Amino acid sequence: MTVSTQQRLEMLRTMLLARRFEETLTELCQQPDKIHGMMILATGQEAVGSGACAALSPADVIVTNHRSHHHLLARGADPKALMAEIFGRRTGCNKGKSGTLHLAVPEVNALCTTTVVGGGFPIATGLGFAQQYRGETAVTACFFGDGATSEGSFHEALNLAGLWRLPVVFVCENNRYAAAQGYDEHTPIESLATRADAYGMPGEQVDGNDAPAVFEVTRRARERALAGEGPTLIECMTYRWRGHGEGDPQRYQPAEEIAAWKARCPIERLSETLRARGELSDAELDDLRASTAAVVAEAVRFAEESPWPEPREALDDVWVA
Amino acid sequence: MSGSREGEMTMQTLGMGQAVNQALREEMARDSRIFLAGEGIGVGIHDSPMMPTAGLLEAFGPGRVKDTPVSEAAIAGLAVGAAAGGLRPVVEVMFNPFFTLASDMIINHAAKLRYLSGGKTRFPLVVRIKSGAGFGAGCQHSHNLEAWVAHCPGLKVVMPATPADAKGLLKSAIRDDNPVIFIEDMGLYFAPDAVPEDDYTIPIGKADIKRAGTDVTVVTWSKMLGVAMQAAEQLAGEGVDVEVVDLRTLTPLDSETILASVRKTGRLVVLHEATRTGGFAGEVAAVVMEQAFTDLKAPLRRVTGPDIPVPASPPLEQFYIPDAGQVVAAIREIV
Ligand SMILES: Cc1ncc(C[n+]2csc(CCOP(=O)(O)OP(=O)(O)O)c2C)c(N)n1
Ligand SMILES: [Mg+2]
Repeated sequence: MTVSTQQRLEMLRTMLLARRFEETLTELCQQPDKIHGMMILATGQEAVGSGACAALSPADVIVTNHRSHHHLLARGADPKALMAEIFGRRTGCNKGKSGTLHLAVPEVNALCTTTVVGGGFPIATGLGFAQQYRGETAVTACFFGDGATSEGSFHEALNLAGLWRLPVVFVCENNRYAAAQGYDEHTPIESLATRADAYGMPGEQVDGNDAPAVFEVTRRARERALAGEGPTLIECMTYRWRGHGEGDPQRYQPAEEIAAWKARCPIERLSETLRARGELSDAELDDLRASTAAVVAEAVRFAEESPWPEPREALDDVWVA
Repeated sequence: MSGSREGEMTMQTLGMGQAVNQALREEMARDSRIFLAGEGIGVGIHDSPMMPTAGLLEAFGPGRVKDTPVSEAAIAGLAVGAAAGGLRPVVEVMFNPFFTLASDMIINHAAKLRYLSGGKTRFPLVVRIKSGAGFGAGCQHSHNLEAWVAHCPGLKVVMPATPADAKGLLKSAIRDDNPVIFIEDMGLYFAPDAVPEDDYTIPIGKADIKRAGTDVTVVTWSKMLGVAMQAAEQLAGEGVDVEVVDLRTLTPLDSETILASVRKTGRLVVLHEATRTGGFAGEVAAVVMEQAFTDLKAPLRRVTGPDIPVPASPPLEQFYIPDAGQVVAAIREIV
């Protein structure tokens, strides 16, 4: 199967949306008192969220982490509800309980988002187990960073998923850093995909800045999972353009390295491909940029005009009534 | 530090992170068995000199300041094994909730292996944990778990409220032959205060009366000391004289200082940022009820975080964190 034009255009749209969403957050973080708490962005990594999510069906579940905006937007989460949550407003998707770090959006089957590094692996295993148990035609995609594979939970969960042939697609977003630590400083092997061998599943490395390539490999992994053949580990090679969070001066990221990866922008790349194939005109690209920008502007307006939660609402939502 | 000693010493102004940094530097210079390990303690994403491990990699090199992968269980286990092997590890847990990932090594091992050996082994290690609410990150970064570790025999639990105490207590923790959990509220990193320049220790297991008073005792620790002092100031204007006891160490608990204060004032409020149910205020209250019941002139009160995870949105998080108004109200109920 090949990737259709419509699928390519949709990936381009979700990447443009995520890029604009996060560039706007960068700007907002530079204004006093707009955004509270940490701000962790995936600028430059959009092809992973867009490519992988394009290969999923609405019934599939995703598990994401602290760097989730691009996954959730690609999954179709409401940008207004996300932005309002990031602003801490009552209209946010989690009523201000979460902020940016653990955005749960059950409406798009993003049921369990965790900012505890490595927390997602065993949960994804459980979600996959539930899908297998109930005989569902659905898989779980688990997004995580290169650094997360250093947690014990990675090894326990992948072993179990491999053993029980659970329908889980483990999508590693190898952006070459775990906070300030370079890949070589936290992992002694060249490719994380090779770890799949140890857990009885295939491991595939893919260019993580090539959305259609991420799409293809995710689609294959999903088909394997649905056929009862178990999980796959996908390693998407990409790069974090910004610091770990906003406000990180990035002293440990060489300027030439950042520049080299910016030259491999996943958005430029896909729009070039589409143009070369005659599937996208300059005017259409301008339209896409304008329409995604308008969506983000509307999300910011909505967030800024939304009320704060009442203090006592902090007491709500601990328990199922 | 007691007020009287301060007068004789040369003072410097430091945040708690800087005071911790100074203690680490001085102890590492003194004892080559001490090494540090943790996530981002050498090369980090923060540039601020207010952070506790700033500059230590440069000063002591990568052999003694170990940046680790994101592997809390391995960090904690490294400390347990290295301590058994004759070193004196000081490891860092980046945020208190991530201690749960390290907890098997600390609770099932560091705290128990000596006992299991019939007293033949020892585990001189320190786990520094950064804690506290108030920075908008939500409950997976802010969750004060001191009562969990205090509930575990074999661990000492230290929670300083001032930079001067942090420096002296950390030195004691490092020199202690037992596992010590040393919890630093990150809000205090940015609240500079006077710290003696000398090499001094403060004993683990000794509370400190930060404000003498006669009408009511407030027992607290860590960042909530500031809240207690604010409440005391406010009530002083109304003629209520508050005594503020800073526990500094949760286990071993300085019952003597608590009981002496309550016997004098006849009233008790216990204040902490952690959630209420099962919180350490209950332990302090139980000690007082068992040993000073007849000295109480009124029921004791607890002022704590409510029984909810710490929410991220500013008005919700503010609602969570106990403030001076709540302490004043609790005191007014019983005086
Ligand atoms: C258990 C745990 N330890 C430490 C942290 C602090 N932390 C947050 S993100 C991060 C780095 C994670 O790196 P990686 O998995 O590569 O994801 P990336 O941030 O690069 O997307 C760290 C150490 C955490 N959130 N959870
Ligand atoms: Mg990474």
